[in-house]
Amino acid sequence: MATDQPVKKTGPEDAPGGTSGSALVHFDQVVKRYGDHTVLDHLDFEVQRGKHVTLIGPSGSGKTTILRLLMTLEKVSGGVIWVDGEPLTHRRTPGGKLKSADEKHLRQVRKKIGMVFQQFNLFPNMKVLQNIIEAPVNVLGMDKDEAAERARGLLELVGLSDKIDAHPTQLSGGQQQRVAIARALAMRPEILLLDEVTSALDPELVAGVLDLLRDIARSTDITMLCVTHEMGFARDISDTVMMFNEGRVIESGTPEKIFTAPEHERTRDFLGAIL
Amino acid sequence: MGDFLTAFLDNMPDVRSGLWTTLQATLYGAALAFVLSFLLGLMSGSRLLPVRGVSRVFVEFFRGTSLYVQLFWLYYVLPTINTDYEIEPLLCGVLAFGMNYGAYGSEVVRGALGAVPKAQREAAIALNMTPFQRLRRVVLPQAWPQMIPPFANLLIQLLKCTPLLWLISVQDLMTVMEQLRDRTGETVPAYLTLLVIFFVLAYALTMLMNMLEAAAKARLGQHTSARGLLRSRSGQIAGVDR
Amino acid sequence: MTFDWSWERAQEVLPLLLEGFKITLLATVFGIALAAALGLAVAVAGRAPSRLVRAPVRAVTEFVRSTPLVVQLVFAVALFPGTDPLYVGTAVLGIHYAGYTSEVYRAGIDAVPRGQWEACTALSMSGRRTWQAVILPQAIRNVLPALGNYAISMFKETPFLAIITVSEMVRQAREYGAEHFYYTEAFTLAGLIFLAASYPTSLLVRSLEKRLGH
Repeated sequence: MATDQPVKKTGPEDAPGGTSGSALVHFDQVVKRYGDHTVLDHLDFEVQRGKHVTLIGPSGSGKTTILRLLMTLEKVSGGVIWVDGEPLTHRRTPGGKLKSADEKHLRQVRKKIGMVFQQFNLFPNMKVLQNIIEAPVNVLGMDKDEAAERARGLLELVGLSDKIDAHPTQLSGGQQQRVAIARALAMRPEILLLDEVTSALDPELVAGVLDLLRDIARSTDITMLCVTHEMGFARDISDTVMMFNEGRVIESGTPEKIFTAPEHERTRDFLGAIL
Repeated sequence: MGDFLTAFLDNMPDVRSGLWTTLQATLYGAALAFVLSFLLGLMSGSRLLPVRGVSRVFVEFFRGTSLYVQLFWLYYVLPTINTDYEIEPLLCGVLAFGMNYGAYGSEVVRGALGAVPKAQREAAIALNMTPFQRLRRVVLPQAWPQMIPPFANLLIQLLKCTPLLWLISVQDLMTVMEQLRDRTGETVPAYLTLLVIFFVLAYALTMLMNMLEAAAKARLGQHTSARGLLRSRSGQIAGVDR
Repeated sequence: MTFDWSWERAQEVLPLLLEGFKITLLATVFGIALAAALGLAVAVAGRAPSRLVRAPVRAVTEFVRSTPLVVQLVFAVALFPGTDPLYVGTAVLGIHYAGYTSEVYRAGIDAVPRGQWEACTALSMSGRRTWQAVILPQAIRNVLPALGNYAISMFKETPFLAIITVSEMVRQAREYGAEHFYYTEAFTLAGLIFLAASYPTSLLVRSLEKRLGH
């Protein structure tokens, strides 16, 4: 991650006192450009602690970019992302100003965040157990036996206790994704990012993974940000659904409101096409 | 034929010591090349331009100036720069082989590191690993099996260059056989024997590298057939993709 | 510690080196031409219907590839004592590299889709016509960058000819060094000439590779 891009004009050089209210995640006038193409255009939104937010909208509207920015896989082109009152993409200098984050700062803020990817991205050089305990042991410094014990619990949760010694290549897509979910949970994230986690799965495997995520959403207080095309799932787990179009949130509200009485025409078209 | 065979058997200790010298040059040269491959290969992926630049210049220099010239430069020119220090001819060979093939090997390392999917690095970032942990635990273990076949090619190439030691008066296998040929005047049996010995050495090294590759792939959950282990590797030369 | 460099000696040795460089280039050009032609023949023979042709062809190329060029050179010169070593050396370079180029062609031929062979059979084309009109034109197009790389590789191995008394560049450098007891200028310049010739050429081949989409 290169980090020495200067803060753009939209970034508040004089840092405000963090974020407004008690939001866990706050996108503050965030801009993301690739060359001439603007993916996120002065985006503003907040996610409260413990809430589940689903991002919907047409492909290429910038939903995944939001998750990638939060995971620090991409850099903002402008604006600031706040997580728990701390700037994610910037660090405070002793004078109270904000500067582009360095690796040390990024590692500090990443602690709170976990991510599950569309393509699972299990490490093929490690068996299932090692995939799960690798980061807890080597990043969090957890005792190996303790990490393995927790991994067993997580594998039970995702229904794969018998696959603990399997290679990722020996698992189906659905099983790989469950391991990936267990791997992300093993880091005890406060925020879990789910990036189209069922899009790469065979249709018959989708339901199992979604049921697992419903379970997790119900039984934990993890804040979730979720990009999905599964509208039934979005309706079930979300506190808030945000409709995205061309780099902006055009509408957001409870699932009932968005799915039954959307205000925006673009939302109606999108839901009409997908449902 | 009879004269040569007798001389060959009578001088077995010399032959053995020549063979040992050839193997030493190959293994030490390969060890140096291996270290340089990783050093230069990792440097070429650095964020810092000067680090990348040093690696680039070293690699292009040693790839571009011909092994033969490098060997002679070390043997003839280096001692004139610092006359207090005698450089052992065998060491000259090891240095020349190691630096030359290290330059080629760094391209192998660079290519294999680049071939590890970006998503794997991202997954490692998402688990908050340090840059070193990402390299050590995720990227290198996945790149390693891809490096072995081209490394095997380079190793065979290096072995085939060791007769150059004859020219800088190292008592390697080539030198010993030349002496036997000189003594007996039997050219054809002498050179044929030498060729066959090199062929066997090359094949043995190939088998070893195939087993190494199979073991590395097994760790990624891929399996190799027995036929795959016998596969020959000499069909390619350093730095040429076909 | 001193680097004993004399521009005077450098000036003295440079013409000799360039004289040798001509031989170096000559050997490379003829060597790679031979390797390109012979390699193609070997690759086609390696596809022969009869095992009696395929097996020995494979065995010989395998042997030639796996054994040192240096030994092959001295062996060949000993076998043909009356012949000019430059000819013998160039021929050995060509034969040695044919072992490699044949693999390049083989991969190129393998890359031609099976359907092309089947279409030829369906059209009752003769074997000769199938190769000439259909298979080879498709196979050869993609092997050019690899042949270029082998040419560069061979170029850097031409100094091996010095061993069999061909007066190419490095031989000239050695003779000058032995005569004057100063090797520094001769070998340094020889190395730089190699670099100056091979680096731009390899850039050229790399751009060719990119253009052909390798």
